Amino acid sequence: MSDRIFGGIGLILAIFFAWQASVIQESFLSDAVGPKVFPYVIAAVMTLASLYFLLKPDPEPSWPRMGHLAEIGLAAAVMFAYAQVLPELGFVISTAVAAAYLTWRLGSPPLQSVIIGVSTSVGIYVIFRLLLGLSLARGPFGF
Amino acid sequence: MELMSQLGDGFAVALTWQNLALALMGCFLGTIMGALPGLGPSNGVAILIPLAFTLGLGATPSLILLTSVYYGAMYGGRISSILLNIPGDEPAMMTCLDGYPMAQKGRAGEALALSGVASFVGAFFATWGLVLLAPQLVKVALLFGPAEYFALFALAFATLGGISSTNQAKSAFAAALGLGLAMIGVDTQTGVPRFTFGEVHLYDGIDFLVAIVGLFALSEVFIFLEHRGTERDISNRPRMEIGRIVPSWSMIRSCIPTMGRTTVLGFVAGVLPGAGASLGSFISYSMEKRLVDREKTFGTGDPRGVAAPETGNNAAAGGALVPMLALGVPGSGTTAVLLAVLLALNITPGPLLFTQNPDVVWGLIAALFIGNFMLLAMNIPMVGLFTRVLLVPPRILMPIVAMISFVGIYGISGSSFDLMVMVGFGVMGWVLRKLDVPLVPIILGTLLGNEMEVNFRRAVNIADGDYSVLLSSPLTIILWTIAVVGFVLPIFVGGILRRRMRMTKDSEGSTVD
Repeated sequence: MSDRIFGGIGLILAIFFAWQASVIQESFLSDAVGPKVFPYVIAAVMTLASLYFLLKPDPEPSWPRMGHLAEIGLAAAVMFAYAQVLPELGFVISTAVAAAYLTWRLGSPPLQSVIIGVSTSVGIYVIFRLLLGLSLARGPFGF
Repeated sequence: MELMSQLGDGFAVALTWQNLALALMGCFLGTIMGALPGLGPSNGVAILIPLAFTLGLGATPSLILLTSVYYGAMYGGRISSILLNIPGDEPAMMTCLDGYPMAQKGRAGEALALSGVASFVGAFFATWGLVLLAPQLVKVALLFGPAEYFALFALAFATLGGISSTNQAKSAFAAALGLGLAMIGVDTQTGVPRFTFGEVHLYDGIDFLVAIVGLFALSEVFIFLEHRGTERDISNRPRMEIGRIVPSWSMIRSCIPTMGRTTVLGFVAGVLPGAGASLGSFISYSMEKRLVDREKTFGTGDPRGVAAPETGNNAAAGGALVPMLALGVPGSGTTAVLLAVLLALNITPGPLLFTQNPDVVWGLIAALFIGNFMLLAMNIPMVGLFTRVLLVPPRILMPIVAMISFVGIYGISGSSFDLMVMVGFGVMGWVLRKLDVPLVPIILGTLLGNEMEVNFRRAVNIADGDYSVLLSSPLTIILWTIAVVGFVLPIFVGGILRRRMRMTKDSEGSTVD
């Protein structure tokens, strides 16, 4: 079933891709091939592959139970949030929070998670900012 | 003799303090990354590319650092195979078969030392193979025109799924997806925006480094989250006593013929498209088993069973560099990631690399020789240090991996948008891995997509819009034939091969070598 759904999504993606290719504004200076042909070829390959999944799906992969699925969703959400707040809060604070969350969800006890999060963040800051001189996001406090 | 003088120049490049230090650092980090389950060579190199880039290293130093990581990871993969019975990376899978039984008998130290020597032999002679073979391949490649290049790219995609691939449709889909992603951005030839949806951030296209780090490194974090608390959680396996570390001379001597044969076999497997290090170690082990296993000791801790796959996979790692450097078309996952390094540094790999940037090529090769000796030194007396690294639990390690990935990407662009795209790729990578869709063709697609299209359009434009030019020369016909055979063959033999490899592999490995 998963493969069938995947094939369906792939097919929609291929059609969408081909449609987007068809609306590319061609400039009057175009070459003999133009910017549309190669995307059409790609869309065709994608369509064939997706049709294959629809007709001959592989055995079902072992999807994790709801709990673990939610776990992954939440982790992704935390990373998205991390990307958003990084320029606002600065590197050290945001990284400490994100790393603490991840290590907690990977099985560290709560208090230890905070310590691991802070040490990860400070450790990376010391190595990459102070020793190697990389530019990290600066927050209101300059770190 | 010209070769020797070029190699000499290479050593002059590599033997600066900075490059030696980078090689040492790369070997060290690489061994750690190879040893840690879940962080294979492709992940390791992927995380470090943006860092090397933001540190402002030049082309040669960056390449030296990252290929040292690559070689180091190939060495390191065996450590957890032997001690924990978990391959540190996919090519080290076969090392579990005899390495772990040896460790159970209290001979872990000997197994580690022997495999260190075997890795050295494989990698050292494969580097010589690279020196001798790559310039020859360059001569052939100089005959290539746009139509031939287009066929060559198609060949790379067709064979990338590998002989052991189960579902070629999934490889094809992955390649199309990668190529499609590469199309995003302003068309290089006519200057019109494509697939940008009016989003300014997309005009430059999607940075392939963002895709690589997301797909490889972040998806690994999600895999660990998924497996946590299940029987596939690797944080609670028993630890091994190391025992004596120095292997006896008689043991090494008994393995010399094995190492000799598997070096050649592994190197060939590495050079051929679609094979790579995993297959190199697999066929090395199977062949040795057929040839020398008279007392049926393979699988019960036979030293030759440790030497064979380790020599094979390290020789294959060297061999895989041949097509990457000479043709600009990688044959395996990690060399695809190394290709990203070259592209990120604005160096066009392929035949012209040898004439235009000989310092880069020969400096790199010299660094590989030096790195090999460093790795031998590191992996025999200091192997105890690396085994201690294995004690760092994934719950601490994986957040660090994720955060360093963010640091690297943010360092390049300083944009939150790229970070979000990267998380998106991480989630996508996880879903695709669950569905058994290979990630390497996606990476290769995003890397080579534009180059492939440019060659396609150039070929047709030169022929005034005549598409038959794509199949006009004998060389193109040969390349397309290999591509078709390489794509169709796995459908028939892949199942058998895959099943044999599966029998030996109980846990899911990391991304393809």
